[in-house]
Amino acid sequence: MADVRILEIKQSVFADNDRQAQGLRRELKEKGVFLLNIMSSPGSGKTTTLMRTIEAIGGKVKIGVMEADIDSDVDARTIARSGAKVIQLHTGGMCHLDAAMTRQGLEGLETGDVELAILENVGNLVCPAEFDTGAAKNAMILSVPEGDDKPLKYPLMFSVCDVVLINKIDVLPYFDFDMEKCTEYIHKRNPEAKVIPICAKNGEGIDKWADWLLKQREIWVKET
Amino acid sequence: MHELGVVFHIMDSVEKVAAENQVQGINKVILELGEVSTVIDSYLQNCWKWAAEKRELFKEAELVVLKLPAITYCENCGQTYPTVEYGKICPHCQSPDTWLMQGNEFNIKEIEVY
Repeated sequence: MADVRILEIKQSVFADNDRQAQGLRRELKEKGVFLLNIMSSPGSGKTTTLMRTIEAIGGKVKIGVMEADIDSDVDARTIARSGAKVIQLHTGGMCHLDAAMTRQGLEGLETGDVELAILENVGNLVCPAEFDTGAAKNAMILSVPEGDDKPLKYPLMFSVCDVVLINKIDVLPYFDFDMEKCTEYIHKRNPEAKVIPICAKNGEGIDKWADWLLKQREIWVKET
Repeated sequence: MHELGVVFHIMDSVEKVAAENQVQGINKVILELGEVSTVIDSYLQNCWKWAAEKRELFKEAELVVLKLPAITYCENCGQTYPTVEYGKICPHCQSPDTWLMQGNEFNIKEIEVY
């Protein structure tokens, strides 16, 4: 056997993905595609929120949606009913999307005329937070039944988000969910995070969220 | 839960380094894993075995995981303490104004090759 050598690498396991994500972010900027990454637990209302969001934006910008799941295409079928361009991505058992998979998804979506690409990440509060997808902005949905202590339990997720949508506020009277406390916990992890209470079911707060999103896109377009 | 995805990322990174250094084979891949990183050592080892069989370069490669203890720093009293035992509240002065100094690392430290 040849001589054994030691090669020092000294890099984070996530470094390679971070580099790919930066590259993708630059390319998307050149193409004018604003990528929004939406993360949450399963069942927090991502798809319903997305339907409302598409409705509220109402053609002001051209939207393309990527639905990422381990299996099935139920979410993509739902979104397709809104008239938005949509594709389903299967992660093949993986619990998150990384930058390379996001790139493949965008190629599949054919982003030529898309101005706002929305990635619905796999329902999970742990892994998606660790893998930068190359998105311009990260959003997170926390639903009332999950509890106001989630920012304490999943600190990384809340620290990588630009906006937290607190969904299902119509059921607030039935749960011990303290909105003030929850906001305080979020800001402890991430003082910059915008918190918007919404109800995807009846549409409450959706206009505020859609305005925020369009505004972020405008700011991003002007950035050099 | 994401150990398999993480294993693929490690292998991709190591393959790049190996190609740049005319490596014939790999004996060991040495990682540094923080005590409160989101990765579990035993799951990582199982995923590693599964994935290593499918990649020529890793057929003989052993995964070595060096653990780094989690240490929290207290802004209020300036002392440090073990994170896993005491969590967010400083055991010296009971302040919640603390942050993790070390413990969420997940690094590829070095590889042993021939």
